[in-house]
Amino acid sequence: MKQTLASSLESIRDEAIRSLEDIHNLEDLHDWEIAHLGRRGALTQLLRQTGQLAPSQRPAFGKRANAIKAELQQLLEERSALLHERALMHDLEHGAIDVTLPGRHFHRGGIHPSTQTLRNFYEIWSEMGFQVFRSREVEDDAHNFEMLNFPPHHPARDMQDSFYTDRENIILRTHTSPGQIRAMHALSDNGTQPIRVILPGMCFRYEQISARSEVQFTQVEGLAVGRALRFSDLKGTIHEFAKRMFGDSVRVRYRASYFPFTEPSMEVDVECFLCKGQGCSVCKHSGWLEVAGSGMVHPVVLRNGGYDPAIWSGFAFGMGPERLTMLKHGIHDIRYFWSNDIRFLEQF
Amino acid sequence: MLIPISWLRDFVDIDLPAEVLAERLTLAGLEVGQIHYLGLPQRQIPGIRQPPSDHLTWSRETVLLAAIQEVKAHPNADRLVLATVDIGSQETIQCVTGAPNLFEFTERGPLAEPLWVAWAGAGAEIWDGRSDTPKRTRIKGRKIRGIYNDSMVCSERELGISAEHEGILLLENEGDHPAGTPLQDVLGDILFDIEITPNLARCLSVFGVAREVAALLNVPLREPSDHAEMLGPSIRGQVELEIQNPAFNPRFTFALLRDTRVQASPWWLQWRLKLVGQRPINHIVDITNYITHEIGQPLHAYDYDLLVERANGEIPHIHTRTPKTGEHLITLDQEKRELGKDHILVCDRAGALGLGGVIGGASTAIHEGTRNVLLEAASWNYINTRRTMKDQKLHTEAGVRFSRGAHAALAPKGVLRGIELMRQNGGGRIAKDILDEYPLPEKEVSLPLSQQEVTRILGVTLSLAEIAAILERLQFTTVRQSENSLLVTVPPHRLDIHEDPVIGQADLIEEIARVYGYDNLPSTIMADAMPEQRANYELLWEERIRNLLVNYGLRETIGYRFTTPEQESWLNGDEDRPHFHPSEYVRITNPIAADKTVLRRSLLGGMLKQLDQNRRWRNRLQVFEIGPIFRATPEQALPIEETRLAIVMQGTRNLEPDSEDAGDSQLDFFDLKGLIHSLLADLQVAEWEERRSVHPTYHPGKSVDIWLQDRAVARYGELHPTVARKFNLDPGSVLISEMNPLALYATAEQNFQIQALPSNPPVLQDMALTVAKQITHEELVQVIRKAGGKTLRSVHCFDVYTGPPIPEDRKSLAFKLTYQSEQRTLTDPEVAKIHQRIARAAERELGAQLRS
Repeated sequence: MKQTLASSLESIRDEAIRSLEDIHNLEDLHDWEIAHLGRRGALTQLLRQTGQLAPSQRPAFGKRANAIKAELQQLLEERSALLHERALMHDLEHGAIDVTLPGRHFHRGGIHPSTQTLRNFYEIWSEMGFQVFRSREVEDDAHNFEMLNFPPHHPARDMQDSFYTDRENIILRTHTSPGQIRAMHALSDNGTQPIRVILPGMCFRYEQISARSEVQFTQVEGLAVGRALRFSDLKGTIHEFAKRMFGDSVRVRYRASYFPFTEPSMEVDVECFLCKGQGCSVCKHSGWLEVAGSGMVHPVVLRNGGYDPAIWSGFAFGMGPERLTMLKHGIHDIRYFWSNDIRFLEQF
Repeated sequence: MLIPISWLRDFVDIDLPAEVLAERLTLAGLEVGQIHYLGLPQRQIPGIRQPPSDHLTWSRETVLLAAIQEVKAHPNADRLVLATVDIGSQETIQCVTGAPNLFEFTERGPLAEPLWVAWAGAGAEIWDGRSDTPKRTRIKGRKIRGIYNDSMVCSERELGISAEHEGILLLENEGDHPAGTPLQDVLGDILFDIEITPNLARCLSVFGVAREVAALLNVPLREPSDHAEMLGPSIRGQVELEIQNPAFNPRFTFALLRDTRVQASPWWLQWRLKLVGQRPINHIVDITNYITHEIGQPLHAYDYDLLVERANGEIPHIHTRTPKTGEHLITLDQEKRELGKDHILVCDRAGALGLGGVIGGASTAIHEGTRNVLLEAASWNYINTRRTMKDQKLHTEAGVRFSRGAHAALAPKGVLRGIELMRQNGGGRIAKDILDEYPLPEKEVSLPLSQQEVTRILGVTLSLAEIAAILERLQFTTVRQSENSLLVTVPPHRLDIHEDPVIGQADLIEEIARVYGYDNLPSTIMADAMPEQRANYELLWEERIRNLLVNYGLRETIGYRFTTPEQESWLNGDEDRPHFHPSEYVRITNPIAADKTVLRRSLLGGMLKQLDQNRRWRNRLQVFEIGPIFRATPEQALPIEETRLAIVMQGTRNLEPDSEDAGDSQLDFFDLKGLIHSLLADLQVAEWEERRSVHPTYHPGKSVDIWLQDRAVARYGELHPTVARKFNLDPGSVLISEMNPLALYATAEQNFQIQALPSNPPVLQDMALTVAKQITHEELVQVIRKAGGKTLRSVHCFDVYTGPPIPEDRKSLAFKLTYQSEQRTLTDPEVAKIHQRIARAAERELGAQLRS
């Protein structure tokens, strides 16, 4: 009986070690663990019979049994590590997926491209001390034209075809410039305080809607009035804006032009940012893109705004966010902006 | 406006490349939109980018001026002739051609006067005259009906001059060029297409542009001659002139040419008119057009004998006046025109002769048999001319110039130059003197200009001498008034310089800047004091709302401000009842399209229309717009403009329903409600409450108003099914909201306080209660909160259930209750006690039963 127990112990050990060799997956290893080391495993069963041994033999038997248990435990861990390693290797070898299948999209909302460009303007101009002043979209003839030095029937009115309303002399503003007068009245404290504002907003012109022209469009107008503002400051300010908008190395060209409410007036061209001035279809091979109209505030406008033009001077400039957005993103149809086709909006 | 450089050279010497001149003009405000080349090559100038021109360059070797010495019949063809052509080489060349305008010269033997033509030799590139679309071709040698030919005499179309291809170009060798001269040197030209802004009315002529060129290049300007050889008896006593309305017609001049013969204009004149796009007619009419283009003074020629006839043999009495009521006129274009009070007529005693400043009448027009020509040059008020053109829908070369402003000083120059040219080309004798009525003379304008003012505005310091020199280049005269100021007198072709000294100075400073060159002026950083900085809170608030909505996954749209009352009435579901009162619309009296007749009173109409269009592309749409609505009021001329926010949502809750974990559940009221509540919470809007909404756009049982203090500021809910149908949308599927975003600002807590993080753990317990169906969630929550006291931190309803085993008239609501104490960790018995208290309160007050 004694012999039997001791030899059983050894044969359990031998069998366990042998059978471990044939274990090739973690599930079988788990079964093996239960069979050999579990509470109902062979080794535990045998240990329960320790009582049958003579007391003097018990320590040796127990010691041996524990040694075997520790040995098997050790082998189990080694085997387990090996099998985990194999499983990992197998997984890495065979777990490849088709990484070219489509991903699941994260959906976000979005800001309309015109607002995005406006924000760009707000940011740049506020860094330069120009704050946003908004004014009404339906205007009277006085603010939209007369006070801006467009006398009635002046040929310059031909440049801006208006939408008229059923109220006399009330029109949809054709530009943001009436805001110049309103800003001067609101902020100048009767012509005693300087002003630096930008006037963003929707404008309206009576034009057939086509890929190139719309009945409504946003403009951003800028106005600075001060005691010592000069044409050279206008050039410097515009150049500073162009650098922030188009990059530090942008080249700017200034052309004489005509607007009734500025004098001297000028158009501002920047080197085409798509072809770097080499000539492309967007800049019509001129290398230049027209980006702003500007000039020194006309004395009549200063007067109408409450300033004495002999003491005060100022400059103004106007830009079209949609046009810039179109140039930048290759949009060839201005009608995209207000039609709100989701397929267009989603691209911004 | 087209300006040929060859014509400019009459008045100014130009020795820099046309491309450089075009750039200079453009920078000075005369924007050269396009350069048209006639036979000459486009030059590449470093630093100037230009679109490549696709014109035909005439080869200097093979496209030559040639003389046809004899025209012989083709032995084998009736419709071809053989031209003997001198191209300057030793031998003449025989050229086969079918040009019909050579047939009359056949079999005449050697011609006494050679026919000057444009000849193109073998290898020369020309336009294919037979092709309907522009196509280049090269001349190759081949036999034509048995006779070898390797060159041709060219039509205007083949040379790229015009579309003319009826015969070959026959020209007059006015420069006495030898045969064989490259055609480039004879007819080669460059035309500038210049956009003339309203302030540059003085540049609506070749001379006007030449004046600018001379000033910009600082070279001398040659004035056109206004000398006329007047050998006839004085015009006085042959015609009478009277201006009845000087405000409309400040000046009127007449010259008279007798015993002339109407004929074709000389070749050079016809050529120039063709270059600027005018069709030659006869020399009298052509010269009126020529002077218009040359110096900018429109002329009108009358058949003097017809005037005498209309005066029954008496002296014609010409006067200008406004029309009588019901008066009409048949104009040169054979239109019968009704006349209005803003028009001004040139009349004789028999009636109207022409519409002053715009178009002449048919009754006294020049014809082939005209012998005596009365020539008019006048000046007209630009406003009336503009109104007349607009009323009559007339656009004439004269009208364009007068409507922009032509200085009265031009009239006598024009009439003298015109009548002399007519005499030179048609013979006859010019009556001595001109009639010149000038009741309303243009004022001569003189302005003081100080050196400091120039510096103050431009930021560059120019000496007084430099300032004077620049102005004198533009024909201003200057007198030094003091050490640092000038008195500047404006030349009599400038209507754009104002006499008000402040404005006039600005006008002068612009001229100085233009000629000095904007690019040459310095660029500086503003040194001026920074104005008081003011934040725009309304804009910041709107932008904050935009950002929040975008964070929630909504997309911003911007629609047309325009709509129709019909579309907005759909928001009512009932088209017969207008949604908004008709008098509240801002109505457009000249709408561009039938769907854009008024300004919107609501953002929703446009957005719902877009939704109908967009839902084809996406299974879920969630958009918003922030923008103004417009409301006319009887009190004020200008409408009220108020900012509104509108939200529209529709579609599947799951954004990708085709994916493996797709569900088909649709967005519903509670999605929108969650969004609105998130927005209010994130904006820190305080003290708002909700009440059921009654509004015809919304489903009456599924809509809510949000009240702030005593004001409803927002509304949200499901779109009324009837309205949905009007917009072609599925009833029950569309969620909408409108609000006044600025009203929310009123109670928004800018400095909201955070909650300290609790130091004791929360205890979470579920509670399911059944209540009668009519009991609302809100009622139940109120009872729970009250009974739970401070320890009950949050109540969240996570399930609403009806159906077995719940009795039919009851529903079950399941809540997650969070208990937490600020002082200590709660024990189980403590929590159980409060939990029971809540259940009992619910039972007592609302008849709720605890579900086990």
